[in-house]
Amino acid sequence: MDPSRRAPRAVIDPIPKIRQVGFFAPPERSQSGPPDPTHSSPPISSSLSPVMIPPPRHLSDNLLLHAPRPASSPLSAAAAAGGSGNSFDYGAVFFPAPLSPAIPSSSYSSRIIATTGEGGFFKGNGAGGGKVAASSFPRGGFDLTAMKKAAAASVVVPASELTTVSVVNDSLGIPEKEKGNKAGGSAVEVKDQPNSSKQQKPKLSKAERRALQESQRAAKAAAKGEGSKASGTVATMNAKPAKAVKPAQKVDNAAVAASEKKGGEIPPEKDRKKDAPQPRMQYDDKSRVEKAKRRAVVKQTEARNRVELFRHLPQYEHGSQLPDLEAKFFHLSPVHPSVYKVGLQYLTGDIAGGNARCIAMLQAFQEAIKDYKVPHEKTLVRDLTAKISSYVSFLIECRPLSISMGNAIRFLKSHIAKLPLTLSESEAKASLQSDIERFISEKIILANKVIVKHAVTKIRDGDVLLTYGSSSAVEMILLHAHELGKQFRVVVVDSRPKLRGQLLLRRLVEKGLSCTYTHINAVSYIMHEVTRVFLGASAVLSNGTVYSRVGTACVAMVAHAFRVPVIVCCEAYKFHERVQLDSICSNELGNPDVISNVLGREDVKHLDGWANIENLQLLNLVYDATPSDYVSMIVTDYGMVPPTSVPVIVREYGREQVWI
Amino acid sequence: MDFQVVVLGGGVSKKLIPLVSQELPNALLPLANRPVLSYVLEYLELSNLKDLIVVVEGEEAALHVGAWISGAYADRLHVEVAAVPEDVGTAGAIRAISHHLTAKDILVVSGDLVTDVPLGAVAATHRRHDAVVTAMLCSAPVSGPLESVSSGGKDKTKKPGRYDLIGLDPTKQFLVHIATGAEVEKDLRIQKSMLPAVGQIEIRADLMDAHLYAFKRSVLQEVLDQKSAFHSLKHDVLPYLVRSQLKSEVLLNGIPQAEENRTEKVISQSNQQMLSQILANASEPTFHLRHALGPYGSTFDRRTHKCCVYIAGSSKYCARLNSIQAYTDINRDVIGEASRLSGYSFSTLNNIIHPSAELGAKTTVGPHCILGEGSQMGDKCSVKRSVIGRHCRIGANVKVVNSVVMNHVTIGESCSIQGSVICSNVQLQERAVLKDCQVGAGFVVTAGSECKGEVLAKK
Repeated sequence: MDPSRRAPRAVIDPIPKIRQVGFFAPPERSQSGPPDPTHSSPPISSSLSPVMIPPPRHLSDNLLLHAPRPASSPLSAAAAAGGSGNSFDYGAVFFPAPLSPAIPSSSYSSRIIATTGEGGFFKGNGAGGGKVAASSFPRGGFDLTAMKKAAAASVVVPASELTTVSVVNDSLGIPEKEKGNKAGGSAVEVKDQPNSSKQQKPKLSKAERRALQESQRAAKAAAKGEGSKASGTVATMNAKPAKAVKPAQKVDNAAVAASEKKGGEIPPEKDRKKDAPQPRMQYDDKSRVEKAKRRAVVKQTEARNRVELFRHLPQYEHGSQLPDLEAKFFHLSPVHPSVYKVGLQYLTGDIAGGNARCIAMLQAFQEAIKDYKVPHEKTLVRDLTAKISSYVSFLIECRPLSISMGNAIRFLKSHIAKLPLTLSESEAKASLQSDIERFISEKIILANKVIVKHAVTKIRDGDVLLTYGSSSAVEMILLHAHELGKQFRVVVVDSRPKLRGQLLLRRLVEKGLSCTYTHINAVSYIMHEVTRVFLGASAVLSNGTVYSRVGTACVAMVAHAFRVPVIVCCEAYKFHERVQLDSICSNELGNPDVISNVLGREDVKHLDGWANIENLQLLNLVYDATPSDYVSMIVTDYGMVPPTSVPVIVREYGREQVWI
Repeated sequence: MDFQVVVLGGGVSKKLIPLVSQELPNALLPLANRPVLSYVLEYLELSNLKDLIVVVEGEEAALHVGAWISGAYADRLHVEVAAVPEDVGTAGAIRAISHHLTAKDILVVSGDLVTDVPLGAVAATHRRHDAVVTAMLCSAPVSGPLESVSSGGKDKTKKPGRYDLIGLDPTKQFLVHIATGAEVEKDLRIQKSMLPAVGQIEIRADLMDAHLYAFKRSVLQEVLDQKSAFHSLKHDVLPYLVRSQLKSEVLLNGIPQAEENRTEKVISQSNQQMLSQILANASEPTFHLRHALGPYGSTFDRRTHKCCVYIAGSSKYCARLNSIQAYTDINRDVIGEASRLSGYSFSTLNNIIHPSAELGAKTTVGPHCILGEGSQMGDKCSVKRSVIGRHCRIGANVKVVNSVVMNHVTIGESCSIQGSVICSNVQLQERAVLKDCQVGAGFVVTAGSECKGEVLAKK
């Protein structure tokens, strides 16, 4: 019965979708949502072929992490093909969108051709049908042309035609559903899940079970191959059995939904395992929290009145940390004094902001490496890596790391690991110090200069520019535009409790810029006179989400509603391959006490002693996540790109990082 | 080494005569039957600082201090004792040992300091702000202001005590003004440039300079070299640094030294400027930074340095033994409310009686008392809130209240001692009555004599 079922679908699907393509091509170009459906379409298409379901989806994530490594085994070759397939989806999305001048069109088109060939090669192995090929005969000419240009693919013509047709149709089909549902993105996502579960309940459940098994095997193989830490492996194995047990306890429908959610979670976990910073613990897991407390250098008291929704994030009482750490100044001999000083500055807030924290950390590491001496009977590579890890743990205890710091730590550790064994100790230390110096000067300082040069072209005379908070990149852009003699006005939007915009306002007014200062609750009143919005970012994630100071998403959404372009200025070393849809599963909790007081208003003290009230909880979030829909452009040191180009830069950046 | 410690042991202070002498310098004055220097050394050892330089005024006093340290701390601390001439002042003492200082930061501790404020907190504050000097402040003692010589009733009335006046910035982290009591006559003078820079100055009279400083070594050595007339750290060096923190002349020579210490490559000028801009904009700027930037971004290259303070909490004990009144008060505190400092384990009666001590019949020893090793007391004696040293002989019917009795003292029968300090080897004959007196070492008080508020010392 299975072959008969498959045959009618294959015959029926192409015809109506082709007609739809012709009718709805122009509206697609105006949309900024296409990346989401393309992400979801590969699983659906891959589920149609049962034998090859699990390897492409999960191994492709490995490829993103190990792009620089050459494929040496057949499995790796299959992974490369799968990864190329995903990139082909991105290429398909780029067709309707206008090309940005920053990216050379020749290399862009050549990439598309190459991915087409490789994709065909992969999917050709598992599919074959003369009738389908015959029905798609008009597109055969285009494919032949592409193959000739690439001159690399050695795949049978009918197979490639089939692959191309199915991918295009799937990507075009889902936008129609979005058009039908005029609700927000989350509503669409919610509706999509029951549709898919209703249509293919039995097959999906079996397929996902196989997917889980395959992912476990792949993870174990990857762990063994890479020689990762035993504790990490044990933690991974402990986590997966728990997940496996949970579905059995639930009803079938709930099990399907839960397994889908877990499937979505698997890639981020893999990303976290390979990151240099330790994965963030789920702080509602008491056993792990207890273990971490024993290892912790800083005495941390857990806060009472913890907010239920954010129990998985660390919450500590802020008053007791600093005196305890100060008192131990002469006793923490494992931590270098310069690292200790930076930790104190993090704890007191003397150093804030992604760039400043990253620079201070790297300079402290430079001092530590300068004073470092290799212990007897130990190698520099292993011992220095362990030392850096302990320093990083100390800094995490003072304040959780930002994405930029995590990337810098990964860079430093990779360079320590790649030091030749023939180098002497002083030569190795000098090499590492120069590497750190080069990272600071190229990835941070030079990147800021390039960003300023690019972004200044977007400022014209008579513009009214709005910015939120206090971003160093945005400040440099405004000052440079002012030096060039451009006539514009700046609106600084600020919010409690930190009121960082006041610092930016003071510096801009000192330079003679014409400024307006407002609070975030009045942003909708000021937005109608704004012509551009410039925002800074703490990180930009793979799906184009901008992770920045809390309030940024609100400003971007208001600007989007007023049809004002939103320009995010972010260095490439703050990009990350993680995918995050909200600001709940990963965030940083600030001191709740600062929001119970109003600066300059000593008489407002209604919330004094709030900690003694059991049912009262104050939440002070530090970051929020801006969906890529509300971002017009990201200015980075590789040019001005749409949010959908972030994964491309992450791959390029990842390779370059290793080469440096 | 990252921090180097200099302990100013003093010599034979005029304020503490007749308690101290050449055989018993300031540093070895017993406090709850322990030399006062031992409190400082224990305090430093508790802070994990084991490499010290103790500066003592006078060769003979230095010999005694060195002998005692080598006997007590030979295996625990690495202490070097340096002798300097008398009356050179604290600045002169640092000048004398300047060639021994090699660390990046110097901790200067007074030898008469009795405290349990964590020393790491002062060092952490100093390091966190990159200050040139960090001073520790604590609450002023309730017994009265410093510098008041209370050796006689007449002198008390003639010279009323004066407090230190300390000016702080609104965040209470930086020192804006400091004037010791002797300098303030009628007016308080503050620099005009300080007012627009700070905006709001808080003048406090309830804080005392604990004479514990963390200095940046290059700055300290440079100031001592350039200003050879400076005599005291507290009266000369610290006010100078506070006055000049907005137009710093010190760091002009400090920067080349810092750059020589680095073996890094030279960063280009624009990169360095952008780097400092990123770091400077990262947080709320202190008034130093705001003053250095100048109004409307003027291109004046103003240099500033920071003078930080660390204010000890009210639950911490901090006192200096620099007068006879302070000596009596600290003795009482160490065996009383601040008994955690003494290192003794008190008995259930809240006193300490050495096992080898002998008590007569009907003799009572109240709480907050210490009876030393090998001392003997006769019948019907009474001891309240007092410290009695080792190997004392006390007869019958003796009353000791609020007093300090040092070692090897002989007290006859029916004597009464109240609010007094009796030094070593003193002999009180029968029926002597002392009140608010200080008896020097080796003195003999004749039988039946009554003294009140006097200083008795051997000529």
